[in-house]
Amino acid sequence: MTRWHDFLEKDGKAPSWPYPIHYDQEQEINTDVLIIGGGIAGCWAAISAARKGVRVALVEKGDVQRSGAGGPGCDHWCNVPANPLANVDPDEWAVAMSEHPYCNGIGNQIQCREDWDALVEMEQMGGKIRDTKDEYVGVEGRDEKTKIMISPRYTRNIGFGGDAAIRRHFKSNPEDKLNNMTIRIWGSTFKPILKKECKRLGVQIFDRVMVTNLLTEKGVQGGRVIGATGLNGRTGEFMIFKSKAAVVATAGDWSLFMLNTELAGYNTFRSRTMTGDGNAMAWRAGAALTLMERTGILGLGTGYKHTWYGGAGDASYENVPLVDANGKKLPWPTQGWADGGAMRPTQADMEKIINGVKTGEYALPFYGDFPAMSEKERRATWDLMLGEESTCKIITDTYEKAGFNPAKHLLQNYSFIEGNSPSQWRNAGGGGPVVDWDLKTTLDGLYVAGENMYAAGDHSYAAATGRYAGRKAADFSRQVGEVKPSKDQVSLEKARIYAPIKRTAGIDWKELHAGIARAMQYFCSEYKTEDLMKMGLDALKEIEEVHVPRLYALDPHKLMRSIEDLSLLTHGQIIINASLARRASSMMLNHFRVDYPKVDPPEWKKFVTVKLENGKVQAGELPLTYWGDMKASYEAHNKDYSGIYQGK
Amino acid sequence: MAQKKVYALPNLTTPNTNVIFHPEVCNGCNHCVEVCQVDVYIPNPEKGKPPVILHPDECWYCGCCVNDCPRPGSISFNWPVQQRGYWKDKATGKVLRDSQT
Repeated sequence: MTRWHDFLEKDGKAPSWPYPIHYDQEQEINTDVLIIGGGIAGCWAAISAARKGVRVALVEKGDVQRSGAGGPGCDHWCNVPANPLANVDPDEWAVAMSEHPYCNGIGNQIQCREDWDALVEMEQMGGKIRDTKDEYVGVEGRDEKTKIMISPRYTRNIGFGGDAAIRRHFKSNPEDKLNNMTIRIWGSTFKPILKKECKRLGVQIFDRVMVTNLLTEKGVQGGRVIGATGLNGRTGEFMIFKSKAAVVATAGDWSLFMLNTELAGYNTFRSRTMTGDGNAMAWRAGAALTLMERTGILGLGTGYKHTWYGGAGDASYENVPLVDANGKKLPWPTQGWADGGAMRPTQADMEKIINGVKTGEYALPFYGDFPAMSEKERRATWDLMLGEESTCKIITDTYEKAGFNPAKHLLQNYSFIEGNSPSQWRNAGGGGPVVDWDLKTTLDGLYVAGENMYAAGDHSYAAATGRYAGRKAADFSRQVGEVKPSKDQVSLEKARIYAPIKRTAGIDWKELHAGIARAMQYFCSEYKTEDLMKMGLDALKEIEEVHVPRLYALDPHKLMRSIEDLSLLTHGQIIINASLARRASSMMLNHFRVDYPKVDPPEWKKFVTVKLENGKVQAGELPLTYWGDMKASYEAHNKDYSGIYQGK
Repeated sequence: MAQKKVYALPNLTTPNTNVIFHPEVCNGCNHCVEVCQVDVYIPNPEKGKPPVILHPDECWYCGCCVNDCPRPGSISFNWPVQQRGYWKDKATGKVLRDSQT
């Protein structure tokens, strides 16, 4: 009996809630550094802060053991120019990475300078980063001396579009050797190791606790952050964290524009728990946020895959040639050595493929031709790249159990036949709090790491920036004293959190989530105008005033989901306000205003910021490279950086 | 046919059985309950028995419950029909699909 209705049929009743109920009970925790979110960035922040000798509390909605997008695993440690086999100088690589408009140059510089140090520390803790068992001898990119396995990604150029095949010259690489910028890793071993190290260092871990809001000095918006409140999703207990510094290491929000649990796996790269909590709490506390108008298209996953890993060839099926249904090779890159790891065809090749599909030259469906690969390369791709990457292990295991054999079988690809998701289905992970060279937000005491700092969501970026934010927050915590939270702020938050359990009827979290998503689809997606977006703000206001007071929750789990909805609602409001503030269209931000159709006009090439001041929205701006000279600024802020951890 | 009591139940959520537990192997250690980041499972009220799938509609198919199971063979993934993958035998051209039940 493993299904809920089995119990009903056997016992005539549902099973009792398995955990003790502690509604309205309070637990108070005193710490120096509070880490919000226990994914890759949060764990590294906790470890580096704890290694500085301060008290650390790590709060996670799931269980730190496997939580976060990087919890199940990771196959690539990307952009690691300080590795011993790299041929481009880290500072030059960071500058080149930052040519990409609307990136976070501060994060890029930190990643390039420090993610190799983080990887070595991962190895010190027991993570596998080299082919120590000689399983892949003879695979291209494997270095016999160090046993490091270099991936073809970024070996010629930056990025994974069609131009990845084009050799880019770097001053620090005068002979144009391969850049050797990405390392293949055994990332499925990493997350449990991070938790173990947190425990060893005495980090207080609070699993199954959602941080609901930040506490500020005197309860004032814009004041120093002095802690946070939380809710245990199993017991319903209310948590009050008192801290001297806090690091927000939450992720974006991939379901603000769409809720559909029936399309299981419609986007299994991210779980429903990622609901923009970090941005919502930073906003309410008065931090300035940027790039909140940036949204992405929600990948529609079909077949066994998450967003990126379609049948074969969409990504991370390194070196797999794509063929059509008749076995004809397509002009699709193999993500291999020949094309510098390109994941997508050039525009010209893509047009050839589309025309070929329409005229019958290329028969659908397409397939990944694993049998055409050499045995060694096939194993490296199937067992290592796919076996170690994020949620792919269960996918490759499933295929094998069902009889798939990569030496004999072509794996179906879903390009063209699965269709694209509508433009109204978006992900909203593109923005976050403005940060400085300490990864501090505009609020004292509040730091950010990982994807939440309007940045790429890759594993090594999360690790390096988490590690950096943790040590900066620890330094700050030594300079300030403890402040007592405002009683009013705590009691208001408590009333907000517990409202849904005080009702027995109304609407549940799923209905509210879908309602918020619909308003976002209507008023802030493909066609944006000032009038439409103002209707959107009114629609969210109506939801807030009429439907949020109808929310009810039957148990602590559904209560937590309900409070996540309130994060989604706030996140939607921030996004609409930011979209109103950018009075221009932008290709890079996937932001198109019917009333301001000019795309990326020079005067709008800047960061637009939004924040709350006394409850009113204030818009501002920052230059596109507000971080200044990256190398000089990094060095000025890190004179005391001691490199790879040498302690016990 | 034996008469079974019929209850008035709402439609089940879809999907509703994202994993299959094998009680002959599973000893109810609840490790999967702990590694799941969305709390799909709760412990079985009867100790030593496989967990109860309470929130199958929240599963994000990360696979950690199966991957990290200390007693392999206790749980198998049961992908929804609409998600199942296809492949083709290169030698024969025969199209195949995951038909595991």
